[in-house]
Amino acid sequence: MTNVVATNQTILVVGGGISGMTAALEAAECGKDVILIEKNPSLGGRVAQLYKYFPKMCFPTCGMEINLRRIKSNRRLRILTLTEVTSVTGDTGNYSVTLKLSPRYVNENCTACGACANAVTAEFDNEYNYGLNKRKSAYLPFAMAYPQRYVIDSRIIGTEEASKAKAACPVNAIDLDMQVQELKITVGAIIWATGWKPYDANKIQPYGYDRIPNVITSVEFERMADPLGPTGGKLLRPSDQKEAKNIAFIQCAGSRDRNYLKHCSRMCCTATLKQTTYIREKYGDEGKANIYYIDIRAIDRFEDLYQKVKQDPTVTFIKSKVASITQDKSTGNPILNGVNTEGYQRYSTPYDLVVLAVGMEPSVDFTQLPINITLNESGFIEFDPKNGGQFAAGCASDALDVNRAVQHATASSLRAIQVINKVAGAEA
Amino acid sequence: MADKKFAAYLCKGCGLGERLNINQLAAVATKEGKIPLIKQHDLLCSSEGVALIQGDIDSEQITHLMIAACSKRAKTEAFNFENVAMSRANLREGVIWVRPDTEAAKENTQEMAEDYIRMSCAELKYMNIPAPSQEQGRIPHILVVGGGITGMTSALEAAKAGYHVTLVEKTAALGGMAAQLHRRVAYQSPFKDPQPTGIADLAKQVQSHQKIKVHLNSTVADTSGAPGRFAITIAHESGGTSTENVGAIIQASGFKPYDAQKLTEFSFGKSPDIIDQLGLEALARQANGGPIKRPSDGKEVQKVTFIQCAGQRSQTEGHLPYCSGHCCLTSVKQAMYFKDANPEVDTLILYTDLRMPGFGGENFYRSGQDKGILFTKGQASSVLPNGGDLTVKFKDLILNEEVEDTADLVVLATGMLPNSGIDIEAIPLKVEEKKAGDSASEEPVAASPPETLVPVESVLNLSYRQGKDMPQLIHGFTDSHFICFPYETRRTGIYAAGPVRRPMDISQAMEDATGATMKAIQALENAALGRAAHPRSGDLSFPRFRKEGCTQCKRCTVECPFGAINEDEKTYPVFNEGRCRRCGTCMGACPVRVISFENYSIDTVGQAIKAVNVPDESSEKPRILLLACENDTYPALDMVGMNRIEYSAYVRIIPVRCLGSVNTIWITDALNSGYDGVILMGCQKGDNYQCHFVKGSELAHIRTSKIDDTLKQLNLERERVQTYEIAITDLARIPQIINEMETTIQRIGLSPFKF
Repeated sequence: MTNVVATNQTILVVGGGISGMTAALEAAECGKDVILIEKNPSLGGRVAQLYKYFPKMCFPTCGMEINLRRIKSNRRLRILTLTEVTSVTGDTGNYSVTLKLSPRYVNENCTACGACANAVTAEFDNEYNYGLNKRKSAYLPFAMAYPQRYVIDSRIIGTEEASKAKAACPVNAIDLDMQVQELKITVGAIIWATGWKPYDANKIQPYGYDRIPNVITSVEFERMADPLGPTGGKLLRPSDQKEAKNIAFIQCAGSRDRNYLKHCSRMCCTATLKQTTYIREKYGDEGKANIYYIDIRAIDRFEDLYQKVKQDPTVTFIKSKVASITQDKSTGNPILNGVNTEGYQRYSTPYDLVVLAVGMEPSVDFTQLPINITLNESGFIEFDPKNGGQFAAGCASDALDVNRAVQHATASSLRAIQVINKVAGAEA
Repeated sequence: MADKKFAAYLCKGCGLGERLNINQLAAVATKEGKIPLIKQHDLLCSSEGVALIQGDIDSEQITHLMIAACSKRAKTEAFNFENVAMSRANLREGVIWVRPDTEAAKENTQEMAEDYIRMSCAELKYMNIPAPSQEQGRIPHILVVGGGITGMTSALEAAKAGYHVTLVEKTAALGGMAAQLHRRVAYQSPFKDPQPTGIADLAKQVQSHQKIKVHLNSTVADTSGAPGRFAITIAHESGGTSTENVGAIIQASGFKPYDAQKLTEFSFGKSPDIIDQLGLEALARQANGGPIKRPSDGKEVQKVTFIQCAGQRSQTEGHLPYCSGHCCLTSVKQAMYFKDANPEVDTLILYTDLRMPGFGGENFYRSGQDKGILFTKGQASSVLPNGGDLTVKFKDLILNEEVEDTADLVVLATGMLPNSGIDIEAIPLKVEEKKAGDSASEEPVAASPPETLVPVESVLNLSYRQGKDMPQLIHGFTDSHFICFPYETRRTGIYAAGPVRRPMDISQAMEDATGATMKAIQALENAALGRAAHPRSGDLSFPRFRKEGCTQCKRCTVECPFGAINEDEKTYPVFNEGRCRRCGTCMGACPVRVISFENYSIDTVGQAIKAVNVPDESSEKPRILLLACENDTYPALDMVGMNRIEYSAYVRIIPVRCLGSVNTIWITDALNSGYDGVILMGCQKGDNYQCHFVKGSELAHIRTSKIDDTLKQLNLERERVQTYEIAITDLARIPQIINEMETTIQRIGLSPFKF
């Protein structure tokens, strides 16, 4: 049974992506008791699935490593993975929270030696790579996964596969009898760092994501570019596994559109500018990037990145909202149809691969949970005094880039501390 | 401190027991490592294993323990013992996982493991348990420099958390730029209309808060000390000064508007009807909800044209290359002033990209469209007074044609310039070298004189060796260099917030103020406990220096990336613990090796290097030393192991805090004691540096480039010492580099220094 000590001077952070990790660490490094819960088996969230960051083109794993080291050395911070909130009652300074802990089927004895993964054969879609490849049924979610502990996929529980995994473990770390647990804790403040999910591209019917194999999403493209990703860093067309060299990006795919997401997802323009550099990195002058856009929102000093990419002769900008995508059956090439609004010319242009720069939407639908919190019409948590001791951090509050999400999470951490200090009657 | 008591624990789990001769390793630890208490365990990280170690710590008063098992990055929850010094011999990721499990490989693999035991024992012997110095202070008081919306927000947020605040404002009133606004952009649903600024109320809250002390007409004349114990001298316009002791500082010095006079193509200054955004705010305040009148003749404006990116996003000389972030939102808000007063007024916004991101931005834009504001993608080329009216020429980018239009009033959306103070990096540092050596500091790089757009009055007047203000990042903004860490400041305990950090609108500035306040509070709390700030958060170790040996060469004071070290009147270094980030750059810089940390020193690494058993020439087994940055290279090496990628058995790897901490004596000693090659792996350097200690990798490159003399003296080949920039993702590249060094050594031959 998991034991957790929590009081009304504890801060609960929900979500272990970069915003949640930041909010939790900033408070814990200020001497506060923090519980960080994460629905998935490891921390890192969507940032762990990025190959590079804009505008510096540095690697997110570098910052992850620092944050993980901070976590490892902090005794104030308690982490629960595979854990979700099922209900919240109470008020500022005194919340009663029910947590649901799902079984990992692997205990803390695990040394991450990988013997269980070698023993099993069943494979499932790899969530880390957005299903672009398969992973074993006993697995470490990704190379930098923390806790560094394997997971047994619940779908093999009760099968021969599970027994094979258990038998292979040299340190008796696999416990197939683990059950779902419910845990009630008291906390003083709650930070919702529940993050975002990519908008479901299937809903954008004219773009044929569900019908045309060589139409993919920006998050899938990101995984492809990563040498540790499903294609070993090669930009391969799903239809025939050929290298894609002439690639189109469609901005605002599902964003800034009354039919889909009304809001602007903020980071997609800069993310696409970044992704054009992946094409250059792989092919030099041989690659081509074509960006279909409404406005390039490379705000503040991200403008430097825009200017740099604009100077690249292999990158073309087309001001146009693409009307539809069709497919050339003989080549598998997606064809973009629409009107270039700069000069009003119709086009019908084939590409090797089309990347939909899909928008961000909140990953949690709070209207479906017994939690009292103010939401805006896109489902993001609004800053509202009525929320009492509950605060959003990062993309639970708005579509934000990483830097803005961390900035926001740091601010949220202070707001939670203000609640806790008030509870404690702490006078500095 | 009490006597050191040593113990070593050898793990047999994860295949270590099968792949290695553990008894032999234990014998090495006993005989060569001279460790009196040695235990083996089948699975050291299990609860029994941990209990065994904790039991010895409790009953045998063990103070120093060596764990020979997995990487120091693994199983940290299990091997988490308080108040002991610990070294970890990485036999799993560093040995058996990177070596083939074959009979032929066995001997070399075992030798590798034995060396790691020797190295770990040597390191441990020279480690001390860090204890905070005696210089800590805890002053629960924050200085906020700047009384605009950012500064006021910081002050209130800090006070709300229970901290005292002193706010210093240069002008006679609180409010800053935002006080000049008629309304602000909405930052809560429904994001439809301009909102009251709330500045007067905010100022009242600040002024009446019992924890906040406000100094108007005042500036910071001097800042000395360190986080937890800063001493601030405040100069008042009246002539007097006062002093204040604070724990941390927030620099919210804001921005100043771009000088629109420079935009001659738009005839700014030629007609009172050509104004900038602040000019329009003044007109809107006058109108106070009624029709806005143009300044020249008081006529009610019937047609207003907004020119976005005026003098911004432009490579033209004198223009700003960046985007100021808020101006699109601001122009839409200002067009709403007209539309809300009279829907019949024509409002045209000429833009190239409308940048109103996020939920609020897009909704506000949509509301502007609903109110009938006209948006045209167009590039304005000129504005000319024409009788009473104004002629605006622009290229319509949609219709691809030149357009000539008239307007009653033209508003130029000009940008913001940060009030960052002095650009300390533009001033060449004067370094009087005592003697030439192998350090990087003797060539201060004189940056070309910048085009100074900001007044060069210092904001903070830091009495730091490194200069009076915070280092700037790009375009004069005092931002952090890191995406993941927007508050990774280069002056510990001092945090920039608001538009001085990067261009931003009001709502972001308020968010930023709150975030910076969080970091300021954290900095002062940690400084009080003697703990390091990010990225080595919580580290209690601290550089100590032996004054007797110091030659006052000033390399440590010059090279410290955080300005942590001052100089006394005899130019001896004066360390300021609270400012120090524990990277060890000073230790790497010191030519006479008098600087060390308790648990990371010239000896902990140097003795580990010397502990390696260097076989004589006849064995034909080279030895390669790899000094690896522990933030990027070492995790990458772990992942190399996890992926079972093999590399040479002749390499011996030592993680270092930062390549900047690498003292060239380690390299010289390694070469002298018969190593055949030395590799340094650190982060990317240069403008896009990835080093969280700023210049560590760069300094290491410079220092090792100067090792040629040493190599010449020893009559050794240049190829024997190599420095690389490595990213955490370089799993394939690292083994290649290691193996290439082995090939190089085969080609040029073993070192003649084998004894």
